[in-house]
Amino acid sequence: MAGNIFVWIEQVDGQADPIAWQAMAAAGKVAGDTGGSLTAAVFGDGVVEIARQAVEAGADRVFTADAPSLGRYRVEPYAKLLVRILENEPPSVVLMGASTAGLELSAYAAALTGAGLAPDCTDLRREGDRLVAVRPALVGNLLSTVTFKGTGHRFVTVRRNIFQAADPDASRTGEVIEVPAALSGDEIPTSVVSVETADGTVSLTEASIIVSGGRGVGGPEGFQPVRELADTLGGALGASRAAVDAGWIPYAHQVGQTGKTVQPDLYIACGISGAIQHLAGMKNARVIVAINKDADVPLYKYAHYGIAGDLFSYLPAIAEEVRKRLGR
Amino acid sequence: MNIIALVKQTPDTAQLSASMDGVKLSAEGGPRIVNPWDEYTLETAIQAREEHGGKVTALCLGPPEAADALKTALAMGVDEAVLVSDPAMAYSDSLTSARILVAAIGKIGTFDLIVGGRAAIDGNTAATTVQVAALLGVPLVSYVAELRNLDPADRTISAVRLLEKARETVTSRLPALITVVKEINEPRYPSLIGIRKAARASIPVWTCADLGLDATEVGSNASGVEWQSELPPLREANIEMIDGGPEDAARTLVDRLIEEKVI
Ligand SMILES: Cc1cc2nc3c(=O)[nH]c(=O)nc-3n(C[C@H](O)[C@H](O)[C@H](O)COP(=O)(O)OP(=O)(O)OC[C@H]3O[C@@H](n4cnc5c(N)ncnc54)[C@H](O)[C@@H]3O)c2cc1C
Ligand SMILES: Nc1ncnc2c1ncn2[C@@H]1O[C@H](COP(=O)(O)O)[C@@H](O)[C@H]1O
Repeated sequence: MAGNIFVWIEQVDGQADPIAWQAMAAAGKVAGDTGGSLTAAVFGDGVVEIARQAVEAGADRVFTADAPSLGRYRVEPYAKLLVRILENEPPSVVLMGASTAGLELSAYAAALTGAGLAPDCTDLRREGDRLVAVRPALVGNLLSTVTFKGTGHRFVTVRRNIFQAADPDASRTGEVIEVPAALSGDEIPTSVVSVETADGTVSLTEASIIVSGGRGVGGPEGFQPVRELADTLGGALGASRAAVDAGWIPYAHQVGQTGKTVQPDLYIACGISGAIQHLAGMKNARVIVAINKDADVPLYKYAHYGIAGDLFSYLPAIAEEVRKRLGR
Repeated sequence: MNIIALVKQTPDTAQLSASMDGVKLSAEGGPRIVNPWDEYTLETAIQAREEHGGKVTALCLGPPEAADALKTALAMGVDEAVLVSDPAMAYSDSLTSARILVAAIGKIGTFDLIVGGRAAIDGNTAATTVQVAALLGVPLVSYVAELRNLDPADRTISAVRLLEKARETVTSRLPALITVVKEINEPRYPSLIGIRKAARASIPVWTCADLGLDATEVGSNASGVEWQSELPPLREANIEMIDGGPEDAARTLVDRLIEEKVI
């Protein structure tokens, strides 16, 4: 397998998504000592700065496409452009982050090029000249090892917060190659009418700390101490499906099989029993804390620390202690 | 409106227990259900038909037992169901599955809307629907949390997409393929009448020959990837229970979290 590696750098509102630098780190791992070249691609409306960051993150070449129609990610114009670039490239491993956009773009471009795809991977390694990708399946109850066949491009997306982005190296230099958009504005079949961003709140999938509430919080107001601890820790607010289905908190906060899969450094579960579907979304957190008034719940099998007690008396005390110790 | 609902049958993870692990469950014969995400697929398709008329065809690629998932779809209220099943199709990857589904969609005929789920809980690729859209060349509107407007006369659709950090409202022309997330609706339970009707229904099974596909175009040999699954390594569950009243426990916990370097 040649060592050619291609990384799509995702951007939102002209800022690179940190997952892109994690994908670059994964690319570095795959490249290893094969001496292959690392190429990045950045599409958007004003991407000069991101192209420079891509070089500092390890790219030898960067393809850029700058056009108003590319400002906001849409699958058709992005995939057709990526495929047009890849048509002139040697067979490559095409890497990107497994964000909502990355999962979709990689699948679409793989379909257009007839390539194999390994989505949402948690490990990548070389075995001889083969690329081996590891990914969780059956909501984390299986680990699948994927190998590629044939000689064409191979698409891989990597799960957020698995690969550690390298520090940028400002002394690196690289070639920037400008390419035009593949579709004109009116060839794009969808238009974005409006975008509503959840301002000021930390996104669940990116958060390194998550504090979640379950049925045990007892009602919408019961989320107050959970939210307070999350805010104090600078973390995001999560929930079990039981709490979402009860209408106490919006679906966007749901963690688990039918919600989000998260991988924070710290997950504090409050009033959550640890049903298998909830575990599916959070059991890979580095440190898990369970706070439950019951002295024996399934979550204790996975948690590193447990407090058997009423969340309404313990959470405020923990938030207070954090403020005292960390000055927040 | 002609609507096609893509429905997969998956293992039932609720059946995981001390005696049944993931490997056993995903092996043939384990208890199987409609992919949980596709309950929303079916509800979305049925509601669209209820509002705009027409017909919903549920389409499933899978082993013969997957006919059960289509019985559930019929019991919920889809008008027709088609199972695509052929031993040669086993171990197809997402793109090969998409090619097979596209061949079946071609045989079903014209459509205004295709609905699929966010992901299937077994393979969890979130790729099959995307690749169906790519191969058909129809607009893709993914992660739909709300259908604002579906206008078969004007041939347009307007939908709210649930992204990681934003809600994005988009419009597209029809025909289109949408994938839906849980927020979009509350799937109905099959009615008793529906269940009785579904029990009597005979579901057509299309093979490679019916779709004009050669056995070399499907299955593992036609796929760009192959995979092997095993149980994930067990993590040692050495929980430390922290005793004491709120203040004491809070102090101990914060000590530990600082030692672990997570706060
Ligand atoms: C197809 C399918 C998909 C699913 N997908 C998901 C999913 O994505 N995410 C998900 O979370 N679930 C999912 N579920 C649901 C899952 O099976 C459980 O029902 C759910 O996770 C339970 O939520 P819970 O732990 O909050 O509630 P419960 O299991 O009811 O637990 C509440 C806990 O709170 C404790 N408690 C009560 N009061 C207090 C108090 N004052 N202080 C401290 N502790 C207290 C109780 O002891 C109890 O352990 C799914 C289920 C199915 C069938
Ligand atoms: N074998 C299949 N038969 C019918 N629909 C499928 C099949 N596999 C996937 N789909 C559809 O694609 C969606 C995403 O599945 P996946 O890409 O496999 O994660 C599902 O929710 C279904 O709508």
